[in-house]
Amino acid sequence: MAEVSNEYAVQMHGITKSFGSFYALTDVNLDVKKGTIHSILGENGAGKSTLMNVLYGLYQADSGRIYLNGKEVSIKNPTAAIENGIGMVHQHFMLVDTFTVTQNIVLGAESTKGGIALDMKKAKANVLELVAKYGLDVNPDALVRDITVGMQQRVEILKALYRGCETLILDEPTAVLTAQEIDDLIKIMKALIKDGKTIIIITHKLKEIQASSDECTIIRRGHYIDTVPVKGVSEDELAEKMVGHAVKLVVEKTPAKPKETVLDIQGLYVKNDQGLDAVKDFNLQVHSGEIVGIAGIDGNGQKELMQAVNNLVPSTKGTIKINGHEIQNHTPRYGQDHGMSIIPEDRHKDGLVLSFSCYENAILEKYRDPKFNPGFTIDRKKMVEFTEKLIKQYDIRPETCGPVYAGALSGGNQQKIIIGREIANDPKLLIAIQPTRGLDVGAIETVHRTLIEERDKGVAVLLISYELDEVMQVSDRIAVMYDGHVQAIFKQGEVDNRQIGLVMAGGSIDGK
Amino acid sequence: MFNTILLALGITLMYSTPLALAAQGSVMSEASGVVNVGIEGMMTVGAFFGALIGERTGNPWFGFLCGGLAGAVFGLIHAFASVTCRADQTVTGIAMNLVGPGVSLFLCRLFYNGGVQSEPVKNKIPNIFSKNVLKGAASNLNVSWTTLIALLAAIVIWYIFYHTTWGLHIRAVGEHPAAADTLGVNVYKVRYICVIMSGFLAGLGGASMTLSVVSQFSPTAISGQGFIAIAAVIFGKWTPQGGYLAALLFGFFTALVVLLGGTAIPIEILSMLPYIFTIVILVLFVGKAAAPKANGKPYIKGTR
Repeated sequence: MAEVSNEYAVQMHGITKSFGSFYALTDVNLDVKKGTIHSILGENGAGKSTLMNVLYGLYQADSGRIYLNGKEVSIKNPTAAIENGIGMVHQHFMLVDTFTVTQNIVLGAESTKGGIALDMKKAKANVLELVAKYGLDVNPDALVRDITVGMQQRVEILKALYRGCETLILDEPTAVLTAQEIDDLIKIMKALIKDGKTIIIITHKLKEIQASSDECTIIRRGHYIDTVPVKGVSEDELAEKMVGHAVKLVVEKTPAKPKETVLDIQGLYVKNDQGLDAVKDFNLQVHSGEIVGIAGIDGNGQKELMQAVNNLVPSTKGTIKINGHEIQNHTPRYGQDHGMSIIPEDRHKDGLVLSFSCYENAILEKYRDPKFNPGFTIDRKKMVEFTEKLIKQYDIRPETCGPVYAGALSGGNQQKIIIGREIANDPKLLIAIQPTRGLDVGAIETVHRTLIEERDKGVAVLLISYELDEVMQVSDRIAVMYDGHVQAIFKQGEVDNRQIGLVMAGGSIDGK
Repeated sequence: MFNTILLALGITLMYSTPLALAAQGSVMSEASGVVNVGIEGMMTVGAFFGALIGERTGNPWFGFLCGGLAGAVFGLIHAFASVTCRADQTVTGIAMNLVGPGVSLFLCRLFYNGGVQSEPVKNKIPNIFSKNVLKGAASNLNVSWTTLIALLAAIVIWYIFYHTTWGLHIRAVGEHPAAADTLGVNVYKVRYICVIMSGFLAGLGGASMTLSVVSQFSPTAISGQGFIAIAAVIFGKWTPQGGYLAALLFGFFTALVVLLGGTAIPIEILSMLPYIFTIVILVLFVGKAAAPKANGKPYIKGTR
């Protein structure tokens, strides 16, 4: 804890915040020097966002003091935070889709003619001034629903700057951005610092801390761990402080031993909801004993491809074969019966029934298996036995979760139930879509290890992810999907992230 | 032929006036994110109080205003239930539709010796032009002042929606209340004002029925106009101008009933026309309509 001084833009000392009997923050300290980029690092649920919500006035701390520029303040609500020069960009953007960029920026702080009539001309001029000053390239007249996620984030930053913020909080700003957009964001952050602003960024991505920040405060399970200068600290050290024990950031595995073809997709065409071809002449083979990863920017047909493979939408042309059986344009059950298991992208919507107990979720698709359903009713004893086995095998916590509804579990444990359930099917083909989305470092390690174990057992594994690092580390072969087809296929280690990023954007690498 | 067109236009304007006012009310409420299916009930109390006060005081303008205020009281109840208590807005609206006619009929029996109809209103709301200014067929266009008020209401609300800070706040609250809240817009206050205004306009719509179209209150004075107004708002894509134009169209269907009356088509069949057209248009167009995103969802602080 540093002494209170006006060298610091923000100082939060001894912050404690509880929700009922649960302590989200216990005696946490944060000292952010003026004109710096300061990261707050911690796993999901460590209390990073809670701390920032206290600073932004969305929550009131039970105890502790907040100082801005050396002066103690009390921040009762977001309006008070804005008045004190604090701006926040939430992880889920707070933008009105049907409004223009300018309307979103001025909302609540409008310039008027005569007090009532909107003066949009003046507002637009003010916005353009900010756009030019910080290189926040965005069209002030565009509708928010028509611009990219990266641009929407710039609108959020502009909203804060328009209200004269001096300290900007960014909550997980890179979670939704492409590699190029992340570079742009870091440039924008540096431009803001140059102008004397202070930035606090919440993240659990170590790489970006290294690329952007000056200092880093680590929080673990609501407790303050350490504040370190970023220069001279390795990613491994940061990860260890964050998790509390050494973690393997690199996925370890032996070379693949691919055998016969399991999944064979030939010349597949699938239409999207607008009736346009989202998947065009898609060809891919996945062999038993290998992991094939599909890399690509969101929106290049991955969603439609997976829906067609799972028979949720029809394909218009081409074939999908599992071990030689055509499964396209049947029912999802037909694919399952031929040995396909899927870990879906959205575990809340497609993976679990959140209001069902873990028991029920564990046999969600096995209800017609005679083992669980000998006649007309579900054999409750068998169901409980089966679930308890999964809970042990995959270390699902709390271990008494069986009768609890699945929505009460943390994301990592929910994912473990799905993975356990799918692998218990003894699949020939395992498809994992964004299997680590929103999970913390420890849970990610478990998921990756499980996929590799399945591969080594001779299962064909197909991994679809928008996290390039994940695809690059886990897959034996990487297929780059662009505009509905496979743009190129690489073996692991053949290309680096930069080169593959180029192919993902529709380019090509010489000689390929 | 020309005469018939002018006659049709005159009748259309007359019958569309209650619809147009109620439609503006519906737009107000729904744009701020509160579904108001209670428009019908609010129109009915407006129709009753408009007729009662207009008949007792002999001042139709005072009656018109009181009809609006009666609707506003119902709007306040709807706002309290759906904004503060976060009740299901459709259920609250249905309650309004049950209570509105019930209260009106009860009071009607109380004031009119157990009768279900009010005494006729002697002084109706006057027409725009005094007698004999418009001659011949053109006299069909000498419509009531309420028709002009409905048009002005639509223009004023359109201006508020798209050219003032209030409008920006209303639409933001209807689309993304959390975004508005984090920028210091008071979501609850905006919704209260909009729902109360919604009731006021629906009440005026009801009163315009009993003070300028027919001239007394009866249990069938308002029979489905509130629902047709809601349909007009959907057809008009939740905009004030769209709602007004759609109300004109639905008013025209009602005018058809009058124009085609006395021909070979039985009146029972003709009377169904406005309702049938409403269903047909909704079936054909509702798929393309885009309601405000937060419409019907109570706002709880701290949620996204």
